[in-house]
Amino acid sequence: MSLNIQAIKVIYKYEMLRSWKTLFQSLASPVISTALYFVVFGSAIGSRIDSIEGVSYGLFIVPGLTMLSLLTQSISNASFGIFFPKFTGSIYEVLSAPVSFFEIMVGYVGAAASKSFILGIVILITASFFVELRIAHPIWMVSFLILTCVSFSLFGFIIGLWATNFEKLQVIPLLVITPLVFLGGSFYSVSMLPPFWQTVTLFNPVLYLVSGFRWSFFEVSDVNVGLSLAMVVVFLLCCLAVVSWMFKTGYRLKE
Amino acid sequence: MNSIISIKNLSKVYNGGFEALKSINLDIEEGEIIALLGPNGAGKTTLISTICGIVSPTGGSVSVNGYDIIKNFRESRQLIGLVPQELTLGAFETVWNTIQFSRGLFGKKRDDAYLEQLLKDLSLWDKKDNELRMLSGGMKRRVLIAKALSHQPKIIFLDEPTAGVDVELRKDMWNIVRKLRESGVTIILTTHYIEEAEEIADRIGVISGGELLLVEDKQVLMQKLGKKQLVLEIKETIDSIPESLKLYDLSLDKNTNKLTYTYDTGGDSTGITRLLQKIQGEGLQLKELQTTQSSLEDIFVTLVHEKKEDEA
Ligand SMILES: Nc1ncnc2c1ncn2[C@@H]1O[C@H](COP(=O)(O)OP(=O)(O)OP(=O)(O)O)[C@@H](O)[C@H]1O
Ligand SMILES: [Mg+2]
Repeated sequence: MSLNIQAIKVIYKYEMLRSWKTLFQSLASPVISTALYFVVFGSAIGSRIDSIEGVSYGLFIVPGLTMLSLLTQSISNASFGIFFPKFTGSIYEVLSAPVSFFEIMVGYVGAAASKSFILGIVILITASFFVELRIAHPIWMVSFLILTCVSFSLFGFIIGLWATNFEKLQVIPLLVITPLVFLGGSFYSVSMLPPFWQTVTLFNPVLYLVSGFRWSFFEVSDVNVGLSLAMVVVFLLCCLAVVSWMFKTGYRLKE
Repeated sequence: MNSIISIKNLSKVYNGGFEALKSINLDIEEGEIIALLGPNGAGKTTLISTICGIVSPTGGSVSVNGYDIIKNFRESRQLIGLVPQELTLGAFETVWNTIQFSRGLFGKKRDDAYLEQLLKDLSLWDKKDNELRMLSGGMKRRVLIAKALSHQPKIIFLDEPTAGVDVELRKDMWNIVRKLRESGVTIILTTHYIEEAEEIADRIGVISGGELLLVEDKQVLMQKLGKKQLVLEIKETIDSIPESLKLYDLSLDKNTNKLTYTYDTGGDSTGITRLLQKIQGEGLQLKELQTTQSSLEDIFVTLVHEKKEDEA
């Protein structure tokens, strides 16, 4: 099978270019909100919370905060990237070009994931101004970062294909992702919860993500890091399965 | 001539169950301009969208230069440029970037010189750094054409290129189309404007209710279906059509004293000489004489009407 590499490149390039113009908004708002979280949770409240497993509270929340931005931004970037041309109708051009669905996906998801990755790095740099950041396993850290960016951009791409209006575009990130992140041990260790809620939390996929990511920094985790990795990969595979079904049927792209 | 697009028994039923195309068969010759004429909702856009890969066909097949549009979609789409009916453009990218994007999608290497010439030909060069949302409707239409031509296609589909376009720009558009044809591009366009089809097309297809009612060489079509009328203004006042003239397809307008004779141009003899002799025989004198030919518009209205009556 031949690949239209050129097409993937232009989709990627112009998606990146699109955000370049709004670079300030795309980076400033997550950076500012992260900084605010640090001021409120890290310094104001954090000073009254004991360190968790030897990690100060301010430091402890860094991976969770990064994940929070990463997940929401991956989803919104990728969903908007494919939704907008659908909305304006300019998608006709991609559909009538000699481009396969796979190539369309690689272009859009690749761009969204790249943007989130850059954002993740920027947030970590911001965080390093507030706390003394240390990274125990940089390679694991970067791997988790990349895996998260890719899987949630893919998830966002699915939402963008599925959404038929702006409300639908926002409903999943708002109603599903944000609560999952907040309740997934981003700002606390699951061991601080009563046993019943600990069990409930185990059903939250974000827990595995945050826990694994945190482990790569501090070697402190709620669940085994191997399990974390496995869960992220499973999520990625699920998204891939959904996308390939969508592509086979031309779901919401073709009549 | 070779047929470059071959459509066989193509049908499309939309998800809601609506049958938008009913077994269309059509061969399009290389290098021709074919106009698809039809009322709103006839299925013109559906037909074009199906050939271009935006709508999946329900049945039948289409091949472009021998390549099946589904099995060999890369090869077939490579040959095609599409100008959609709606002004479906992004908002924030510049003219220059959007045509670069279009070219890239088709896997073509950058060619700034070609794209520059293209924009100049379409009088868009001075707008190249403008954002799309800041362009007027007519300019957007031209940007869509530029996008469609950015990868140097051999076939171009123009879905109502002159809808909502002023007279000036419409003339421009026709010139663009003629120039394209001179360069060997095959052109398929849809339109509501009969004059447009009459003006630029080589062949005309009439679509209504998802069926291709007829495809014919423009000249042949106009001859075959064209009725001519001979209007005879009589000096004397007459109250009714004289007995000896009742054989002819005549109508009388008492107010203006005009007799109108309708005849087919296709027939061997038109009967005009005999009619004139008979009028003389009645002792009537002619004041004025005039012939008019029914336009494509009349042909079109007749066809679509017949179709509707058949269905009723
Ligand atoms: N996505 C769709 N789902 C269901 N029905 C559709 C869809 N798109 C078009 N149709 C129907 O198919 C028929 C043909 O539509 P089409 O757009 O092909 O007509 P057209 O000849 O291009 O009309 P116009 O001259 O108004 O552009 C119409 O009755 C329309 O309502
Ligand atoms: Mg149409």
